[in-house]
Amino acid sequence: MSLTLRATRSGRVDRTKPLSFTFDGKTYRGFKGDTLASALLANGVHLMGRSFKYHRPRGVITAGSDEPNALVSVGTGARHTPNLRAPQVELYDGLVAQSQNRWPSLSFDVGAINNLLSPLFVAGFYYKTFMWPNVAWKKLYEPIIRNAAGLGTASNEPDPDHYSTRFAHCDVLVIGSGPAGLSAALSAARTGARVILCDEQSEFGGSLLSELHATVDGKLAAQWVEEAVAELKGHSGTVTLLPRTQAFGYFAQNFVGLVERVTDHLAKPDPKLPRDRLWQVRAKEVVIAAGAHERPLVFPDNDRPGIMLADAARTYANRYGVRPGGRAVVATAHDSAYQAALDLKAAGVSIELIADLRHEANGPLPTAARAAGIRVETGMAITGSTGRLRVNAALVSKLGTDGEDAIPCDLILMCGGWTPSVHLFSQSRGKLKFDEARQVFIPGESVQAERSAGACKGSETLAQAFEDGFAAGMDAAAKAGFTKGTATKVKLAGVLDAHGGFLGAVPHPHDAGRVKAFVDYQNDVTAKDIKLATREGMRSIEHVKRYTTTGMATDQGKLSNMNALAIASEALGKPIPAVGLTTFRQPYTPISFGAMANHSRGDLFDPVRKTATHAWAEAQGAVFEDVGLWKRAWYFPKAGEDMHAAVLRECKTVRDSAGVFDASTLGKIEVVGPDAAEFMNILYTNPWSKLEVGRCRYGLMLNEAGFVIDDGVVGRIAEDRFHVTTTTGGAPRVLNHMEDYLQTEFPNLKVALTSTTEQYSVVAVQGPNARKIIAPLIEGIDISNEAMPHMSVRLGKICGVPTRLFRMSFTGELGFEVNVPADYGQAIWEAIWAEAQKYDACAYGTETMHVLRAEKGYIIVGQETDGTVTPNDLGLDWAIGKAKPDFVGKRSLTRPDLVKADRKQLVGLLTVDPQKVLEEGAQITLVGNPPAGTSALGHVTSSYQSAVLGRSFALAIVSAGRARMGETLYVPMPDGPIAVTVTDPVFYDKEGAKLHV
Amino acid sequence: MLLIPCPHCGNRPELEFRYAGEAHIARPADPSTTSDQEWAEYLYFRSNPKGLHIERWRHVSGCARFFNCVRDTVSDKILKTYPAGQPKPDLALIVKEAHQ
Repeated sequence: MSLTLRATRSGRVDRTKPLSFTFDGKTYRGFKGDTLASALLANGVHLMGRSFKYHRPRGVITAGSDEPNALVSVGTGARHTPNLRAPQVELYDGLVAQSQNRWPSLSFDVGAINNLLSPLFVAGFYYKTFMWPNVAWKKLYEPIIRNAAGLGTASNEPDPDHYSTRFAHCDVLVIGSGPAGLSAALSAARTGARVILCDEQSEFGGSLLSELHATVDGKLAAQWVEEAVAELKGHSGTVTLLPRTQAFGYFAQNFVGLVERVTDHLAKPDPKLPRDRLWQVRAKEVVIAAGAHERPLVFPDNDRPGIMLADAARTYANRYGVRPGGRAVVATAHDSAYQAALDLKAAGVSIELIADLRHEANGPLPTAARAAGIRVETGMAITGSTGRLRVNAALVSKLGTDGEDAIPCDLILMCGGWTPSVHLFSQSRGKLKFDEARQVFIPGESVQAERSAGACKGSETLAQAFEDGFAAGMDAAAKAGFTKGTATKVKLAGVLDAHGGFLGAVPHPHDAGRVKAFVDYQNDVTAKDIKLATREGMRSIEHVKRYTTTGMATDQGKLSNMNALAIASEALGKPIPAVGLTTFRQPYTPISFGAMANHSRGDLFDPVRKTATHAWAEAQGAVFEDVGLWKRAWYFPKAGEDMHAAVLRECKTVRDSAGVFDASTLGKIEVVGPDAAEFMNILYTNPWSKLEVGRCRYGLMLNEAGFVIDDGVVGRIAEDRFHVTTTTGGAPRVLNHMEDYLQTEFPNLKVALTSTTEQYSVVAVQGPNARKIIAPLIEGIDISNEAMPHMSVRLGKICGVPTRLFRMSFTGELGFEVNVPADYGQAIWEAIWAEAQKYDACAYGTETMHVLRAEKGYIIVGQETDGTVTPNDLGLDWAIGKAKPDFVGKRSLTRPDLVKADRKQLVGLLTVDPQKVLEEGAQITLVGNPPAGTSALGHVTSSYQSAVLGRSFALAIVSAGRARMGETLYVPMPDGPIAVTVTDPVFYDKEGAKLHV
Repeated sequence: MLLIPCPHCGNRPELEFRYAGEAHIARPADPSTTSDQEWAEYLYFRSNPKGLHIERWRHVSGCARFFNCVRDTVSDKILKTYPAGQPKPDLALIVKEAHQ
């Protein structure tokens, strides 16, 4: 493999370490230290992608993260990662990369037809075309348009990598490690402050890594960088160095998000390492040293492969040792391009011409270029280019004339000037100000503890960058409390200052309506698109941006914002600061979903809560369901049973004999204190003062708007002590609600609230044989019907373990709930289970629990209620203490809306055809086939097959339901309406005799 | 992520807290004497200022106390926090202190 495009000087690339990689299936050679972009250029490959909308051939135009064109996919299978910027892809041996958005191939792309049809695809085309007929948009136009444009495709496989996160604190965070950033980090570190220095690139040094001539204190730039990094490493206890780490977002109060790319540059990463690491940094002070972006020139056909930014070409030559071409034309309005021309000439590129837009170019750099024999023309514009898959000539024109000359070349370098990178400053919510003299936006007023240094602040020279950096680092450290810093100065030599700049579209002699001069490369937005937007009435830059999509691509307008703004401002006849910039959004450059999702995946997405009997249930073959964060046994299928069969068997067994059920997940709150009863009176509808010690009551909890939000049995353990239960899912909400009222509304009440949900295991024993099952195990409690009536609580022992024994039932059968300290939960369950076997009792799960309570018309909050249901709606007025002057929700119960006659009320439903089981949530209507637009009367809240009834049944809430007993209503379904009869919601043992045995 | 100065625990990250709505909405001492309109306003009407908002937070992963907070809804800056039960502060004075 010849090295004809490799310069003599190898820069930071190590030519003793060759690597092999593939691009679009073809194998190439590169070296350690190359990026995908530098290696492709070294192999003569400029065509790296097809543009988003028009599928125009595109090459790389930058050497960094601001790259808009060379978007590639890297990796295979589950690790196939699209939309990476080729200059940021570090090469390793065996890397597999592909171009995007082209078919069948990069060099022959059928999508290029979009370019010919481009008059149809101007800005905002989808607001004006492809709209008729209406149905065609969804089925025909949209899929075609979506397939015709785009970026890469993502893998459909689960992400095999893991990601980690760290919270970090420091005194000074320095973002960027060019001359300003390194200086800031040095001066801050020297005070003893804790410093974090991050840079998105693989090496620290920034622009100094491409600097061949300057000396800093007598050392070449690369040497100075090496020594600075070594010194920073020496402060190992206080300095954290983070290369390959992008600061992607500046948030409130100096909270800055960083993403460190840990393994993407490795051929065989250690599987123990995370792929990306998210750093969530809270810094006392921040120094932003983010540099500046070189701007392209907006001229017709400024996007052919082989056209790139001048300083990018200089970087490829100086840092990567690559000649990006053989014959170059340089088009510029800034002195810095002359340095690029000189460095490229030294690397062996022939510079045909430097065409300078300015009428005069007499600074030290243009002078040096002329002295080196390079042809320089001022007052000359680049007005076009030719070539299909690679540029082959530049068209130049003297300003004010119509004539155009074609200069043969295979490389065009352009420089419209430099835009300070104010993204992070803006994200910090600082106010930008417009520097009229230099025509750039720079940081104005800070609102957070930060300062900018170097090019991102608007500084234009290397000397100024160092000065800014040292001062900023010292200031930051001092404000963080480290005041013993000493001022540092460096002596620079061999640097020639560069000034200049141009904004907007370059004038040309062509018909503006027929040429494409690209402003935003990534979204294919041209100068004429922006002018079209203003002609169509877009006045605000926010509208211009969204209508044309300029600045909205993954590069967030790094190269395009200022030119777009200048073109819009000229079209609107308003000065640039009056038109203004749009908001800079996080992330600065794209970050992976993995870094954001981080540990919250799979088993770690949510905590899992299990009861003491979980392992026992698993061993029994239970199927589990999620209730909030808890795993609850749903049903216990025996061999050959499906869910339906298992539930019918469990239901029958409970009512015929008995069943054992784990009720530990329900919330438990201990309410204690001299004012406990008064507090309970306020929080619940019920009158608690008269509840005797040792008795229980079904408590109903409303919100202040009068709607049921929770329920549960409450036992009075002592005058000043209540054992309150809540629904499983509602426990944290209920405790929060109670604390809110106790702390902020009734702080004078002497009450303490303690969550005891996890402290007690609860074994429910339900069924005619329930008493017989627990009797042999209980000590110290008379559990006869007379001594311990339904809805009471007793303290005693079970198997020698202290217990709060409740006699209560959610099934409608004789029932007990054994509460023991959770450490004994499994042992007590097993003891009870052993007794239960003597009666052929079963274990039952939550599905059976749901069916049995529904047969009794007992509601479940969240099933029969949805936050809009009142006690009266549910037929629960009996639970309200009528004599109580006040409780939470009482006042609302008399609001007009809550006493309307047609409110939805709890009823039972029996399908006319007993085989049909209604679907929960199904709507209920007056007629079987109501016309479209008819409101439903209500909906089905619970629906099951009943073992004891031998047929289906349901609960529902229906408008004025209690007045509709015996009526026939309908549940319309896709297969046809189901007729139902409205009934009482209690289907089994209406008198409740079974509860009192 | 905000850094919230809990009056009891000091500066802690926003992750440890739960927002609890507008502050100083006093529950009427005798709800039975409020009109339907007054009661509806107590339930549902809340201010939505562009600027200083007095609101409640609860330090759920810390002391579990509710407390009050003056926050600027435009800049998201927290100007003051103070324990529940203390009276509404003088907002003009807070703004003046912040600018000093």
